[in-house]
Amino acid sequence: MSLKKIQTTLVLSFAMLMMSLSAEAGVKIQQWQTTTGAEVYFVENHDLPIVDLSVNFSAGSVRDTAEKSGLAGITRYLMALGAAGMSDEVIANKMADIGAILGGEFTSDRATFKLRTLSSVREQTQALEVFVKVLQKPDFPQTVLDREKARIIAGLQESATQPESIANKAFMAALYGKHPYSLEESGEVETVSKINREDLQAFYAKYYGAKGSVIAMMGDLTREQANQIAENLSGNLPKASAPEPIPSVILPSQAIEQRIAHPASQSHILLGYPGIKRGDADLFPLYVGNYILGGGGFVSRLTEEVREKRGLVYSVYSYFMPMAELGPFQIGLQTKKEQADVALNLVRETFDKFLKDGVTEKELTAAKANIIGGFPMRIDSNTKILDYLATIGFYHLPLNYLDEYNNNVDKVTVAQIKETFNRRLKPQNFVTIVVGDPKAQ
Amino acid sequence: MIKKILIVCTLLPTLLVSVAHAGIEEFKLSNGLKLIVQEDHRSPVVVSQVWYRAGSMDEVNGKTGVAHVLEHMMFKGTNKVKAGQFSRLIAAAGGKENAFTGSDYTCYFQQLEKSHLGLSFKLEADRMANLQLTKEEFDKEIKVVMEERRWRTDDKPQSKVGEAFQAAAYQANPYGRQVIGFMNDLENMTYEDAREWYHDWYAPNNATLVVVGDVKASEVYKLAQQYFGKLSPKVLPVRKPQVEPVQIGERRVLVKAPAKLPYLLMGYHVPALVDTDKDWEPYALEVLAGVLSGNPASRLNQKLVRESQLAIDVSAGYDLLARGHLSLFELDGTPSEGKTVKELEVALLQQIEQVKNSGVTVEELDRVKAGVIASDVYKRDSMFYQAMQIGTIETVGFSYRILEDYPNKLRAVTPEQVQAVAKKYLLQDNLTIATLDPQPMDPNAKPQGKPHVH
Repeated sequence: MSLKKIQTTLVLSFAMLMMSLSAEAGVKIQQWQTTTGAEVYFVENHDLPIVDLSVNFSAGSVRDTAEKSGLAGITRYLMALGAAGMSDEVIANKMADIGAILGGEFTSDRATFKLRTLSSVREQTQALEVFVKVLQKPDFPQTVLDREKARIIAGLQESATQPESIANKAFMAALYGKHPYSLEESGEVETVSKINREDLQAFYAKYYGAKGSVIAMMGDLTREQANQIAENLSGNLPKASAPEPIPSVILPSQAIEQRIAHPASQSHILLGYPGIKRGDADLFPLYVGNYILGGGGFVSRLTEEVREKRGLVYSVYSYFMPMAELGPFQIGLQTKKEQADVALNLVRETFDKFLKDGVTEKELTAAKANIIGGFPMRIDSNTKILDYLATIGFYHLPLNYLDEYNNNVDKVTVAQIKETFNRRLKPQNFVTIVVGDPKAQ
Repeated sequence: MIKKILIVCTLLPTLLVSVAHAGIEEFKLSNGLKLIVQEDHRSPVVVSQVWYRAGSMDEVNGKTGVAHVLEHMMFKGTNKVKAGQFSRLIAAAGGKENAFTGSDYTCYFQQLEKSHLGLSFKLEADRMANLQLTKEEFDKEIKVVMEERRWRTDDKPQSKVGEAFQAAAYQANPYGRQVIGFMNDLENMTYEDAREWYHDWYAPNNATLVVVGDVKASEVYKLAQQYFGKLSPKVLPVRKPQVEPVQIGERRVLVKAPAKLPYLLMGYHVPALVDTDKDWEPYALEVLAGVLSGNPASRLNQKLVRESQLAIDVSAGYDLLARGHLSLFELDGTPSEGKTVKELEVALLQQIEQVKNSGVTVEELDRVKAGVIASDVYKRDSMFYQAMQIGTIETVGFSYRILEDYPNKLRAVTPEQVQAVAKKYLLQDNLTIATLDPQPMDPNAKPQGKPHVH
């Protein structure tokens, strides 16, 4: 199946998710703390016989060091591959026997475990029993660690040959220097090789405590059931103190441009600058402005100039990814090598003009119409609401954040967009990565 | 899960053919457009999808990729709505939209707040009949599609293996070609080729409209009448069966591309669903795919990744829905460091032999069935997915009603049936094997690792 413009779509929805400027209208969030200090965010809804939940820890790759890069990710990954004496096979079969789905996510900021199960008693009980053990009694078996390290290393070696991965890695390294946001989430071949079982146990003991963790729950549960589940999930986590704050990002003091040779037919181009933190008041003008610049799918300026008018790319986009500290602002595109410099210059011109002249009232009206009018689609499934609950909890966003979302979008002005973009983004100090350098052929 | 069976009294005009089933209603307009509506009142939103029975399987030599190119051109304006305006109008209504092309179909969709369904219908009906396909817009867009091919296929080693594999497995049937088309065909395509495609296949009697959301079926039907009702049906081109000759003798193909890891993709010709009442083999094949790789502890991953550690990745797959009534039972994987694709191939074939010789256990079957029953509930959390399922089934040539029986059909599969389909179809003479031979990044560097012997 060939999805037209699918990358644009994915990047767009990804960016929207990351912005999480979502809404609570019609979503009644209940919030409390467990006896061990985990924060709970719950939405009760009995429309479907499904329970969705996630447990979120401040244990992403930002907690790694350059020497043991990859440790945070392997710890999260291994937790589900052996717990309380159950092998990986037993865990997977126990979940499969009842049609439950054990999943998770891992980013720079966050390590997440997710569970989806039918709400009927047998299914829910068995799924939660296994899930609790994964969180509280991980075994980190040596044989599994050895096996998975070999798989991760093979994956890293493969990534090192693929232009998209090469570009992303170079971009984050150039943008963040010595800050842990520069570290590859999967680690490096050399550092993964060094990671041992004691490292995993120590990392788990330090970062998987209840304090600072967020439990999100959505679906066919009563408040009393939700409370009991949250107590069970958080009751026997390691006795760790709340995780320390993440260091601040230092803004680049000069431009960095890297051109990396690659035999692919296209150049992969990334440009960017450290962007914004979660909860920052500048988020709304940047988000709405970016919709006009390169976030709004087929109707953005970048898509119009680079794709629609000239046919230079299949996909060109821009996004802000707000994180605990300054997450990246990124513009990305791929184009055949021979025209890479033409496309890059066009992107720069388009961006410079955007900074210099700002947006028009007409563009702003259209952007608001889409973002505000599209609000109901952000909360139209349990899956989406669960992700919003976790984000609101993990980043300490106000409980009425969703209620206020459309108001905050509506308040953004043309002048504010121009002022905020110019104050926050310094194109003279941008990072530019070109993998598949046209001149290296 | 309890399904509601609705009996709907048809108070609508005589043209209406309404059958209610599990909350789904079906209508047909006099011009042949089929409309299927599933009411889902959980959120005030709606998904609208137009499915055309026109995909890459309907293309002819020299014009591969034209189904997908036309899909791009559908955003380039009509006599009423100029190029790019379609997307702007949907965006202004808060909507999301896109389209995708497969071998069996081309689908256009919008997701909107429910009050905007009329806008979606208005715009889709307009471009179903009034597309303005100009040379100027075509010449720009064909470059975009060529960039898409570079990004999607040419620079992705595993995609290239997939392309070579399909071409080897199918020698007569158009399923052997990729939806994106050959680069040379794209380079030589003209706006007249795209026009011809549009005039041949874009008609109400070659389309199905699927709507899922917080709507009333009867009102959706009225709205469809209002916008699509006036479009004229067309006489569609004759579709040739293009039956694939029986494969007698294993086929092998090798692909070289810059990469670190080798890759193996193999597949057997197997039947797809044809007779929805009588067929059981497709369901047995689907269960077999689940036993082999339905979850992380299924046979292939458990034996080859976790126990023998021969592979870093391995999976099996089968799709019973195909408009061409042809399918493949596929296996793929990546060998571990120090292991060869040949060793992985042997190990995968051993797993197949084991199914043939010893069958599968009831426990394994029950596990696959539990997953099917649960996902039948989980899918109700996604309107888009439900619409996708209905649209695919209808476009492939069946009724959405088979959805209701699907869990029962899988539940009825026995271990003996799984063993029987393995014995009948998973034969060496019926097998195609494609491998990736990774090439060093630097053309002057020497190849690393052992040479791959086939």
